[in-house]
Amino acid sequence: MEKNLLRYIWRHTRTQQIWILAIVLLSMVPYFAAFDLPKQIINGPIQGQGFESPDARAPFMAFDFTIPLTGWDLSFDGFALDRMSMLMGLSAVFLLLVIVNGLFKFYINTYKGRLGERLLRRIRYELVDRVLRFPPSTMKQVNGAEISTMVKDEVEPFGGFTGDAFVQPALLGGQASAALFFIFLQNVWLGMIAAVMVAIQVGIIPKMRRRLIDLGRQRQITARHLAGKVGEIVEGIDTIHAYDTTNFERADIAHRLGQIYRIRFELYQWKFIVKFFNNFLSQLTPFLFYSIGGYFALRGSLDVGQLVAVINAYKDLPGPLKELIDWDQARQDVQVKYEQVLEQFELPHLIEADRHGLSAATPTFGLGPLAATNITVADGAGAKVIEGVSVKIERGETVAVIDNMGSGGEALAEAFGRLVWPLSGKVTLGENDLLELPESVTGRAITYVSASSYFFHGSLKDNLLYGLKHAPTSTVSYSGRDAANRRWEIQEAQLAGNATFDLNADWIDRRSTSIMRGFSDDLKQSVLRALDAVQLTSDVMELALHSHVDPEDNPVITERIVKMRHALREELQREGLGHIVAHFDPTAYNPEATVAENLLFAATKRSTPHEIEVAETPYVHEVLRRAGLSALLFDMGLTIAENLVEIFADLPPEHPFFQQLDRLSAEDILIYQQLLQKRKTRAGQTLTEDERRSIVRLSLHYIEPRYRFGVLTPQIMDQVVAARDLFYENLPADLRDRVERYDPHRYMAAATLRENVLFGKPSHRVPDAVANIRRIAARIMDEMGMRDSLMGLGLEFDVGSGGRRLTVTQRHKLSLARALVRRSDYYIFNRALPGLDRRVQEEIVRDVIDFLREQDNNPSVIWVLSNTSLSRLFHRVIVFDRGVVVEDGTFEALDKESGIFKSLVA
Amino acid sequence: MISLNDEVMLLRQVPYFGRIDACKLKLLAFTSSRVCYEPGQTIFHQGDASEAAYVVLRGTADIVATAPGGEMIIGEASAGTMIGEMCLVSDAPRVSTVRATSVLELLRIPRDSFLRLIADNPRMSFEFSRALAETIRDKAAGLARQLARRPERIV
Repeated sequence: MEKNLLRYIWRHTRTQQIWILAIVLLSMVPYFAAFDLPKQIINGPIQGQGFESPDARAPFMAFDFTIPLTGWDLSFDGFALDRMSMLMGLSAVFLLLVIVNGLFKFYINTYKGRLGERLLRRIRYELVDRVLRFPPSTMKQVNGAEISTMVKDEVEPFGGFTGDAFVQPALLGGQASAALFFIFLQNVWLGMIAAVMVAIQVGIIPKMRRRLIDLGRQRQITARHLAGKVGEIVEGIDTIHAYDTTNFERADIAHRLGQIYRIRFELYQWKFIVKFFNNFLSQLTPFLFYSIGGYFALRGSLDVGQLVAVINAYKDLPGPLKELIDWDQARQDVQVKYEQVLEQFELPHLIEADRHGLSAATPTFGLGPLAATNITVADGAGAKVIEGVSVKIERGETVAVIDNMGSGGEALAEAFGRLVWPLSGKVTLGENDLLELPESVTGRAITYVSASSYFFHGSLKDNLLYGLKHAPTSTVSYSGRDAANRRWEIQEAQLAGNATFDLNADWIDRRSTSIMRGFSDDLKQSVLRALDAVQLTSDVMELALHSHVDPEDNPVITERIVKMRHALREELQREGLGHIVAHFDPTAYNPEATVAENLLFAATKRSTPHEIEVAETPYVHEVLRRAGLSALLFDMGLTIAENLVEIFADLPPEHPFFQQLDRLSAEDILIYQQLLQKRKTRAGQTLTEDERRSIVRLSLHYIEPRYRFGVLTPQIMDQVVAARDLFYENLPADLRDRVERYDPHRYMAAATLRENVLFGKPSHRVPDAVANIRRIAARIMDEMGMRDSLMGLGLEFDVGSGGRRLTVTQRHKLSLARALVRRSDYYIFNRALPGLDRRVQEEIVRDVIDFLREQDNNPSVIWVLSNTSLSRLFHRVIVFDRGVVVEDGTFEALDKESGIFKSLVA
Repeated sequence: MISLNDEVMLLRQVPYFGRIDACKLKLLAFTSSRVCYEPGQTIFHQGDASEAAYVVLRGTADIVATAPGGEMIIGEASAGTMIGEMCLVSDAPRVSTVRATSVLELLRIPRDSFLRLIADNPRMSFEFSRALAETIRDKAAGLARQLARRPERIV
């Protein structure tokens, strides 16, 4: 990129700048004409020059112009008008000029704005393009938040400046010199005064502003570091809490903000000193005009019209002049900013742009071998992690890499994955240097996975298919409005030097999925089998079952879920397990659910996590009162309170048994104890409404088989069931959206998928109820062919930023699955499964190898293992010790020798 | 339906809990869950990890030991019997299988609750140890009698 922003702007907007300059020059004509008019109007029709007699006429619009060099004479005698018509005529011309000037301004500003936005787009794109091409060593040092603030905020002023870069000095310079020239025309001496003052302003002000620029630079860097720090706090929040360092971070932020404040304050001081001085200089000139010009006018050597015209013209001088100085200030400012940004992006060893060429061609599988020849790799600190290592991996090999001392295996894997560039030696794929091959070859032939692989914001599915999105594989044909829109998009992208790839196209490369039998469901099978291999299927199913599905979006699935609900119920009956689920029956009390659940008899939802539950709303108590249940539930609540107090009163507040109570804490028990005492000691004293409700609340959350206090009488149960209709009769509007009455024949949007299938409560009294339900439900799901559609729903789960909504283990497994979905020649797994227990690790490693061996392109698997005993699952084992390969051979051979390997595995 | 208070009454008949405060027993009952089994259902298998002890509230069950030679009923549980309590303390796998012989209702006492309660009440700990010792002695004596009766079944 250019070192100088002005030159950068010139290079990319040359023709537009020339065009707009031409327009600006053209706009000078009416602009200049508008200066002379007031004088003509005042001196002519108003003061009567040329209209000495009442019926005198003067020519209107007469001109006489000789074109230089050619000697051609253009002249027009004009229309002869009387004084009043002349006044109106000249005023009309004045109005016309005002309009023409305004239109010019409008056009120029719009054009400049567009120019600026295009350049901004170009710079931003170019910067991000550079980030994509940063060498790996640089990426270890950059701070994401700082880069994003540079791309987003720091370049922002460039856009505004671009439009002004050349037009502003031309326009303002033109205006200023026009004004100055006009003053000169009126009176040379007054012109001289104005010129000297202008020279002083133009000479001194920028010098005073030098300090401002310096401060601006400091401000930019401190603000950037602040952004970086905030990003760090967000990312490291777990660590901050874990080590109780929130106040250290507060101190850090406060210190930085203090620095920024100091810089800004000084900036303001300087800015306003400069402003004051500038204003003073501009106001000094009219002072000179009034005093000196007035003096000459009184003396009669200057006519009043001339003086008024000078002063009038001068009104237009300080404005442009000040803006011109401001422009220069802005120029220096953006130049400094540009240099600051460029410093971060102008790096040696950027990845060559041609390595990233878009290639939609079907990858040619079968490249190889993958070989490291005499490579040396350094870590972030510059220490050599491997030195002079040569390893050759043939097609179809399965290789375990293990470390005795050091981390040579990891470094080798990273070199294969192009995450580090070797200091010396080279890695080759087939005949070619890995770093010289385009990424469209290396990024498809080699699949690299480590525990730190990243997930992008989106669904599980988006992330699983991410490894297939190399190039658009289809072209979208747009029509009508969309077509015009797309054309506009392409045109604008080209004008700003952006890529024109269509994001709406299908980017998923269906010809390089790992399962490729030529069927239309290859992609789906690849995903499902990959999930199976990494043991993520049940997690995805769990996500699906836990999700809320809108029946309007998924009418087919939800309808089948209701069918599944009935099938499950029938099947449980058939197996004699009908008693393990208490189904929701509109006419019966559900003994396994709370009293409140039985009253509402609905799936409820909260729109925000802080909203109170429906069962806690005052309306519930109102319904109870109307149903004549208040007193009954109050008495029942008293008994519950007595029992709870008896059981829990003696326990210390932190006792783990309090966890047995779903909704009550030690403090609640204490409150109930006091309530009961109050009733006992002061008999007759009524409880407040709130106290009564808190007692009733105990009843509302009561489940007989769970608590077994024997307080729920058949009478209460019947009355609760009868009160259901009452609850819905006058349901307030704010609750109406939050409850969805249970209907055995309808899908409940407010309930999870699992709740919809079960549509009841598992019995508290049957110990293996849940396990049995799961077993039977799974069987029905398969019989109904629902598994795939449910998996589909699970795959829609949003993984959150960086996949944070998944557990660490799930993330590691997902990362592996993402690799398995795509077809490659070489799979490199760099300690991809840390923290999993040994048995699971072994199962996954075995399944992954088996899965990959099914591919017909004979892929190789290179796995850097933390668990060395797993190396027996591989054909070949490479052992690193202090950065060099000490043993390399088949598992059987190494197992027989008594080397390092033997001691590691034993 | 048996309520919590009935369960407490029943627990008091269990030798281990005979001398323990009613309110502690109520807490124990509350933190436990009541579970039902059909005749023939297995409550736990020999060799399973032990997570809970049980007190029979109603019904009967066989306690079965499996040896390479075959199965042998080594005891019967009925209302008031505690099952699986030893493994609860020693954290060992189940030494026998328990199978319901009629409709069986049990109070399932989770290990955590149980150990927590013992830890909170030193007196309970003592009572429990004494009762445990007595049970072991009785069982040993019973086993000796059985051995004398049917020596051929034991390998």
